[in-house]
Amino acid sequence: MSNVIVLKNGLDIPMKGNAEPVTTKTVSPAVVAIQPTDFKGLSPRLMVKEGDAVLAGSPVIADKKNPDIILCSPVSGKVKEILRGDKRRLLAVLITPDDEQKYVDFKPANPEKLTADEIIPRLLQSGLWPWLVQRPYGIVADPAAKPRAIFVSAFDSAPLAADRDFTLGQELNAVQTGIKVLAKLTDGGVHVGLWEPTASSTPFHKLEDCVFHTFRGRHPAGNVGVQISHVAPIRKGDIVWTISLLGVAAIGRLFQTGKVNLRRKVAITGPMAINPSYVDAVPGMPMKSIAGYYGDAGCGVRIVSGNVLSGKAAGPEGFLGFFDDQVTILREGDEKELFGWLRPIRYKQFSTDHCYFSWLTPWRKYDLSTNLHGGPRAFIMNDSYYSKVLPMDIYPLFLTKACLAGDIDRMEKFGIYEVLPEDLALCEFVDPSKNNVQDIIAKGIDLMLKEMA
Amino acid sequence: MLKIFEKGGKLYWLHSTADAFETFLNVPPTVTRSGAHVRDAIDLKRIIIIALIAAIPAALFGMWNVGYQHNLTLGDGRLQIPANFWYGFLKVLPIYIVTYVVGLAIEFGTAQIRGEEVNEGFLMTGFLIPLIIPVTTPLWMVGLATAFSVIFCKEVFGGTGMNIWNPALVARAFLFFSYPNQMSGANCWIARPGPDAVTGATPLALDGPAQYGTGFLDYFIGAVPGSVGETSTLCILLGAFLLIWTGVASWKIMAASIAGALAVGLVGDLTGVSAIPCYMHLVLGGFAFGTVFMATDPVTSCQTECGKWIYGFIIGALCVTVRLFNPGYAEGMMLAILLANTFAPLIDECVTSRHISKKNRQIPA
Repeated sequence: MSNVIVLKNGLDIPMKGNAEPVTTKTVSPAVVAIQPTDFKGLSPRLMVKEGDAVLAGSPVIADKKNPDIILCSPVSGKVKEILRGDKRRLLAVLITPDDEQKYVDFKPANPEKLTADEIIPRLLQSGLWPWLVQRPYGIVADPAAKPRAIFVSAFDSAPLAADRDFTLGQELNAVQTGIKVLAKLTDGGVHVGLWEPTASSTPFHKLEDCVFHTFRGRHPAGNVGVQISHVAPIRKGDIVWTISLLGVAAIGRLFQTGKVNLRRKVAITGPMAINPSYVDAVPGMPMKSIAGYYGDAGCGVRIVSGNVLSGKAAGPEGFLGFFDDQVTILREGDEKELFGWLRPIRYKQFSTDHCYFSWLTPWRKYDLSTNLHGGPRAFIMNDSYYSKVLPMDIYPLFLTKACLAGDIDRMEKFGIYEVLPEDLALCEFVDPSKNNVQDIIAKGIDLMLKEMA
Repeated sequence: MLKIFEKGGKLYWLHSTADAFETFLNVPPTVTRSGAHVRDAIDLKRIIIIALIAAIPAALFGMWNVGYQHNLTLGDGRLQIPANFWYGFLKVLPIYIVTYVVGLAIEFGTAQIRGEEVNEGFLMTGFLIPLIIPVTTPLWMVGLATAFSVIFCKEVFGGTGMNIWNPALVARAFLFFSYPNQMSGANCWIARPGPDAVTGATPLALDGPAQYGTGFLDYFIGAVPGSVGETSTLCILLGAFLLIWTGVASWKIMAASIAGALAVGLVGDLTGVSAIPCYMHLVLGGFAFGTVFMATDPVTSCQTECGKWIYGFIIGALCVTVRLFNPGYAEGMMLAILLANTFAPLIDECVTSRHISKKNRQIPA
């Protein structure tokens, strides 16, 4: 066992609605969406028309810049509709699934006998390549690049996140195969981050062909970006790939069975979730198909695909994101609170700041809503106010201000290569000035992509 | 919000004002649009109100002290808490009214012009200004200084959060350099019944050890002449506890400032430059008030943890240096803080650059 890396900074937001570790439903959706907007740095080109029949694993969308990178259908069926937004931007391809699923056969293979040059085309053709995310910037990995190392986080520390031991523990074999595949793609090894409290009980500590790093601490300890920064920080010119454990399992399944199978256990969580538990689902399922878990046609609730900090508000008409294995259901906090900020004690509100008293009752869980609790202001508090929730060796406020100013030299200096917006999500949560820190960082990353290309 | 204040309504030009009153009463029903879907309950209003509450003991004591000093010069040294407080309250209240009316009018106006929400920052600035000037300052000067500081120290930089210097101190500096007769010397610190009836003196304006004979405890409690809020180190300490408990102000800056003052004070003692024991500097003049309420302003102080130590130390050390070596100007706190404010970004730049180059060296290329 490797040394434990202790992260002092961070915050576990105490929310109600943790999912019970039981699978209460198998979702058979009426329609499944493939959303190119889930993939950063991908400019989508359609490969299908309305009415075309597709198999699970048939190409649907290709990248304009690199046509080898494709997105495949997770199900077999018929293309029902192509959704476009402003300026005809491609939002989603909707597919009506068949009753019986048919798969493109990619033939099982033993990764230990393959070379990287044989593995990469398989991953590209099966549409599993976009699981690989390239740092810096968090874009879809470039197949021509040679990463310094590949990082996987075996746990998710986000509020109410799905328990990966429960969702993927049964599939240890597939995960192991996936790790073997990844190990062929880099000389720097596959690095797996484990959580210290469960490090010896989790099934994943038995994995081979990888290097373990054990972390102790609060969220964002499970963010792979935070883990990289403690193992081997990303510098200018470095390329590192990261992949979600879900992606490792999907790649493993491809090599074991020859099929693209993206089914996963999805945690339905949040204070407004009825019977918070797990469902068996495919990415791109409509939120309507889990209507039983939020009731009342989604009135007054927000349905988030992903976690509450960096997930996407999908709404009842939206779909589950490609990378997500969690849905959070929250109350829309569009109510006034008379003299809220003046009340000595706001018993129902949660704050980490010592100006309130909820830090004295750490055992309590809160029914958090989407209320902003204030108006937008310029940054007032010090850098240290934000760095106490960011266990990385960077200055979050200096970085944010550099991004606001669009000053590339300073963005480089303060570590834009090391972060993705999700890593600074907690800085956004605690900000008394209510700035959208994640948006600011995302804009900074876009600027870097444009200027450094 | 009422319809007439909304876009297209007749009173849309007053929407920032209407919004300010609305959000003062209610936490607004705004929901998160992007980014994190939930947010901490803390907002700037809460932080400002805590800072303001922390300054209340010093303000209340200051008002009583105004009355006490007044009666003392008339030969009545009884404590007379309600009567003295009432006298001081009536003296200080007009200063507060002028400060808030002038400052908030400018603040609301600029928010309106920019189409932004009104920032709460001035509530704190406005609370501090009357506490750091002599009670005898003419009201028109108070108004002028407030207007100068809000416009030229804050709004031209883009409002609260963008300013380089502490606005309350800039108001005081404006008065100090524009109207030195009213702001320094022996005669300004006591609300006198008539011109030239009696004179008192702030201890720092006097030279030589004899005048400091009243001792540490008297200055610690604070029933001595001085600016309204600065005299009672005891009451300021009460505020300091609240600020440190809530984390609104940095204890590191306070500790470093005290360390800086003691260090230079000790050097002065040992070399015989000063006849004041070094610890007396902590309770004399504006040191305690400046350290607790002005130096720790999160906008104008250093951002980095290491920078805070340096910044605080500079303030304490400079303050006592000015006190010891500048015969023309007995009090150094205001200029020490303003100078440290000026250099705070530079200190941060040095700290971050040093840290980053150290970090880069640790990683093999």
